[in-house]
Amino acid sequence: MKILVIGATSAIAKATARLYAEAGAELFLIARNEQRLSELANDLDVRGAKISGHLALDLSKTAGHKKALEIALQSLDKIDLALICHGDLPDQTACETSFKLTQKAINVNGLSTISLLTILAGTFKSQGSGSIAVITSVAGDRGRQPNFVYGASKALVSTYLQGLRGALLPHGIHVLDIKPGLVDSPMTAEFEKGPLWSSPELVAASIVKGIRKKRLVIYTPGYWRLIMMVVVSIPEFIFQRLKF
Amino acid sequence: MILDSWGRYPQTIATVLEPLDGPALERLLQAHANEGEMIARGAGRSYGDSALAERVMSSRFLDSFLSLDCENGIVHCGAGVNLSTLLKVVIPNKLFVPVLPGSKFVTVGGAIAADVHGKNHHLDGSFCDHVVGFNLLLASGECVYCSETENTELFYASCGGMGLTGIILDAKLKLKDVPSVFINRQSIVSENLASTFQILEENHASTYSVAWLDCLARGKSLGRSLIFLGEHANNNKFETKPRRGINVPITTPSFLLNKYSMSLFNSCYFNLKKLLPKSDTVNYDSYFFPLDNIDNWNRLYGRNGFLQYQFVVPAETALASITQVLERVSAAGKGSFLSVLKKFGKANKNWLSFPLEGYTLTLDFKREKSLFPLLDELDQIVLEHGGRLYLAKDARMAESTFKQSYPNWEKFLTLKESIDPDNLFGSLQSNRVGLSIGKIKNDNKDSKRA
Repeated sequence: MKILVIGATSAIAKATARLYAEAGAELFLIARNEQRLSELANDLDVRGAKISGHLALDLSKTAGHKKALEIALQSLDKIDLALICHGDLPDQTACETSFKLTQKAINVNGLSTISLLTILAGTFKSQGSGSIAVITSVAGDRGRQPNFVYGASKALVSTYLQGLRGALLPHGIHVLDIKPGLVDSPMTAEFEKGPLWSSPELVAASIVKGIRKKRLVIYTPGYWRLIMMVVVSIPEFIFQRLKF
Repeated sequence: MILDSWGRYPQTIATVLEPLDGPALERLLQAHANEGEMIARGAGRSYGDSALAERVMSSRFLDSFLSLDCENGIVHCGAGVNLSTLLKVVIPNKLFVPVLPGSKFVTVGGAIAADVHGKNHHLDGSFCDHVVGFNLLLASGECVYCSETENTELFYASCGGMGLTGIILDAKLKLKDVPSVFINRQSIVSENLASTFQILEENHASTYSVAWLDCLARGKSLGRSLIFLGEHANNNKFETKPRRGINVPITTPSFLLNKYSMSLFNSCYFNLKKLLPKSDTVNYDSYFFPLDNIDNWNRLYGRNGFLQYQFVVPAETALASITQVLERVSAAGKGSFLSVLKKFGKANKNWLSFPLEGYTLTLDFKREKSLFPLLDELDQIVLEHGGRLYLAKDARMAESTFKQSYPNWEKFLTLKESIDPDNLFGSLQSNRVGLSIGKIKNDNKDSKRA
């Protein structure tokens, strides 16, 4: 299996890539930090992957996307799976008084992903097969007071994927929206962890399963589907008063 | 956050730092240098308080592999890689980890710091006897490579040094070639302690050996046991198919574990196993890590947690002293699900490593008030016979007990003072046994006895 991992050094991407490495997949990795990226490439190589290359790139700068994906395609020759994992949890309170910060968050979590998807859609169409999997978030299901900037940026991607899925269906391309719940990763280092938190390894296992079974939308762990069903069904006049 | 280790006793309030890589760890170390004690922590699988301190440096994200040299059988990996992952990575290359403790969830860093041992200690020594070298981050922020030829003193002090010399960032291990990862297991029933010893002596040449003891049996049956010998099978199988374990989802009330339930369990286990085939071939997972199949088994001991008491006594006096210990435990009406007896080979050069040539017995006890005086009595028996307790399991040994039984403590302390003059590294345990002189700033009332 030939896999392109974007945002490869994020905790979930790393755990997922390790599972594919064990299965002997061929990987191309893209992430921002060159040192961590080459460390990861080494690690995955020892774990059994074939690393066809890696590229350090600041994904928030969309101008570099086209070139980067060209290099990836050249190295891999064909892409069976593109996994988009990069993201950043913004400071909600700071965003509320700074459009600049909000714009930055929506750019990195939302627009940059859509830029990648626009290019990848073309690549996959000409291939006529493959899977595109994107990590969004349960936060995108409803705008909640503590993180609606992050939520809005993820909702942007989820909605985009819904349409893209239909557009790529005739071409035999599978589009998966991955919605993790609370994950104990470096991105959430500041939070007190409780029983609803899960590990990146657990999330990774369900991503691999979701891709194999060609699921369309997965919540991970699965109980988040139920939780979000309840959250989404709360009437707006009540929801506006909720602070969670 | 409130932090504890596998025995869930004691608990302390700790700040857990989780650096993403070596350079980040170095930065965190500098940033926290003046804020009191710190100890490295791997998977938190030591039982007592050796990985507890006000500040804990987690190796969680130091879990990358750096290289695997199949030709020479040498793996280089981060300190946070656990043995389960290590096995999964090396087995497809027909290599095996030369020393495996009772749990595969311990990290490489932790295994070095505690110099863990396995079922082959009598022949192959302990974990650190197969460590080529490691990078150690000192309190000064300097990173040094330690091996038997470089920074030798630091190497012998840090192997088994409970993380008190610095933070292990990554290590090189020598792996072993095996004909299969399946184990031909032979089970032998022994009706009393003397015959258990005899069987273990007779089977000294067996690669792996361990005895499960029914510690509640009394009188003539005292020390009756099931002895499991093991050899690598000759079938060229290198599978790592994971078995799905069961989980203990909640902490069960501790009254469920009493002398009646344990006596029932022990008798049933002993008598059922007697009926099982005398030899079979099992996957390495079920031979080495039977308990890892039950996730969170420590919850069975209830809210108050448990203490694992592991000691070693020299071979000459082993029969007498272990008989005394078992009689004392039995008389006190305390029991243990898991009593494991193991023959140790020669001690190595590491300053604070636990193994001595002789026998080691491990007992589990749920924590209750009446346990502590009993353990103090057992300490006396062990000391009288020239034995000692395992630091990785310990949560309560007195400073005098430690210093009497670990003759290198002074040498260790002198070295520690020279490389860590400001006492940056220390744990609740090291403060208790006098291996560091930091103040005990433990706020939790629970950390007082029972």
